[in-house]
Amino acid sequence: MSIDLWLAYRHMLRSRLFEEAVAVLWEAGWISGEMHMSAGEEAIAAGIVLQLQDGDALALDHRGTAPLLMRGVHPLLLLREFLGLPDGLCSGMGGHMHLFAPELLTASSGIVGASGPAAAGFALAAQYLRPGRLAAATFGEGAMNQGMLMESMNLAVAWRLPVLFICKDNQWEMTTRGASVTGGNLRERAGAFGMPALDVDGSDVEAVWAAAQEAIRRARQGEGPSFLHATCVHLQGHFLGDQLLRLASNPLSDLDTTTAPMLKAFFRRAGAPLNERLRGISQVMAMISQAPTRRIVQGKDPLVLLSSKLASEPDRLQEIEHDIKAEIQQVVETALVNLEPQEAGQS
Amino acid sequence: MRTMSFANAIDDALAQGMSSDPRIIVMGEDVQGLRSSLLVRFGPLRVRNTPISESAFLGAGVAAAMAGMRPVVEIMLVDFIGVAVDALLNHAAKIEAFSGGRWKVPLVVRSAAGGGYGDGGQHEQSLWGWLAHIPGLSVVVPSNPADAGGLMLAALQHDSPVVFLEHKLLAENWLSSLGAGGRKTVQYDVPEHGAKGPVPKVWTPLPIGQAATHRQGSDLTLVSVGVGVHRCLEAAQGLQRQGVSAGVMDLRTVSPLDKRAVCEAVSQTGRLLVVDEDYEEFGLSGEMAAVVLEAGIPVRYSRVCSQTTIPYARQLEDQVLPSTAAIIRAALNLMEY
Repeated sequence: MSIDLWLAYRHMLRSRLFEEAVAVLWEAGWISGEMHMSAGEEAIAAGIVLQLQDGDALALDHRGTAPLLMRGVHPLLLLREFLGLPDGLCSGMGGHMHLFAPELLTASSGIVGASGPAAAGFALAAQYLRPGRLAAATFGEGAMNQGMLMESMNLAVAWRLPVLFICKDNQWEMTTRGASVTGGNLRERAGAFGMPALDVDGSDVEAVWAAAQEAIRRARQGEGPSFLHATCVHLQGHFLGDQLLRLASNPLSDLDTTTAPMLKAFFRRAGAPLNERLRGISQVMAMISQAPTRRIVQGKDPLVLLSSKLASEPDRLQEIEHDIKAEIQQVVETALVNLEPQEAGQS
Repeated sequence: MRTMSFANAIDDALAQGMSSDPRIIVMGEDVQGLRSSLLVRFGPLRVRNTPISESAFLGAGVAAAMAGMRPVVEIMLVDFIGVAVDALLNHAAKIEAFSGGRWKVPLVVRSAAGGGYGDGGQHEQSLWGWLAHIPGLSVVVPSNPADAGGLMLAALQHDSPVVFLEHKLLAENWLSSLGAGGRKTVQYDVPEHGAKGPVPKVWTPLPIGQAATHRQGSDLTLVSVGVGVHRCLEAAQGLQRQGVSAGVMDLRTVSPLDKRAVCEAVSQTGRLLVVDEDYEEFGLSGEMAAVVLEAGIPVRYSRVCSQTTIPYARQLEDQVLPSTAAIIRAALNLMEY
């Protein structure tokens, strides 16, 4: 099956516009707690999820919106869940980090790396109950340093489990640069378990699709797991309201709580010698100056990339955008009907 | 006296400890960002970012403590300790016993706990009872800045492992990053006197295992930790308006329990109401009943705890976490006996 770029575009745009609506509601206080977005990961989600079949399983991390939408969960169910309402996907019990769709064999977790064992288990069940079906696991590159994920990779290889391990690498673990806490090369690391491991440009849906296609074929034919290392950017930072994004755009935003105590501490008498303190300060400055704003500008937006590939038919692009905007607007209006903010995010 | 926020008080006491003891290092995920005031004063060799590898860096913290360091290992949220609990359960807690008392583990595990901001059941657990269940671990849960700093200094000086849990409704940096995220459009029920308060100019250690009585009462004794203490104080005011005199005790330390203080208070009132944000069954609240019964004190007992997985939705969450209203209801029921 070859990729239908128009279909992929439709799904990716739908996910993006849905999340943009979610961000507005979050900002207005309708949604409580954290909100991790899929924005920037849509090409990875589309390149894999759109190739799945009935009976395939998905083990997701804390950025499940795009894969769930693409797998066919209605956006209204997701939005009502984010609003914490009884008719949300999980009756308001789960929220965006704990989304579950049993009929789609799709589970999420807010624990980094937990999608590894989950996919291995889904794949194990498939070996018994659903031959030819597979399980896909999504996780960030930070999870590659989590023991349970490494153990799952070995288990999947040893038992030839039909797993597709998908590492979405944005090079940052919240405020920590991945490279500063990670040894070696991630593709080689996964490959060392004895499975095919590929690097792929995660902003290019065609490239993801092609890489996943062979991995999926192998899994379905009982040849065991594969690993995809897909690079990406998180267009909204780690989560909505990312402190580094706020600090980078307005250094005074956290003056009282962060900046002032930090400056005071720098000049306190007992402590490290000056050169160590300066190393500390420069680390903080680097954190802020390399904050998501800059990463995003340098990175590639998967939707921009795909729409440029489809630019020869501007009318069709516009028509799709028009349709999806109308759909999302309808979803938001339906979700919010007869609702006051205090019934949703706030209490 | 100075006034300080809960989170800054902990970091300030930690800084005082670090400035007098070079063996103290801080390590954990994102700590260079979370603890930037420690980073710029003590440098990146003593404030170290870790990979997302809790079982490795908590386990390494245990052995580094055995080998002469005094590590403060930060497990971002206590929920995440599940990944690494072997290091605590089978190692940190047992080395001293296994070695016949010859080898100690002066480790501090710092972690944020508790709910009330809509982050769901994998990010808002308390788990102090679960950890306190393990012999060999001390577990402290401060409820205000002064206690938080004092207990942190005591933990740093303690020769055995201490789990230090800071409630996210009290620690403004956690609530701001995980809850509000810079928004002014969300509100949380933050106990004012827990989030900010007077602290000493120079920290002195607050002995681990010592409860504090925040309010005297003759009809019943409310006992809690962390944010629960503030809910109890609010409930006690409400109860007073209804003619009920409720005392409020802040355990401050879950393990070791200040059994004497609890028994003394309960033997005077004859009624014990335990308020625990942690899970109800097989935990702190049941332990409190056992302590009083074992002491042979005749007591009427009740509890207000979290009974289920903490829901994501704020309005559902409010029904699960101990609320002032639920405490008043339970107290009035107890008064009928």
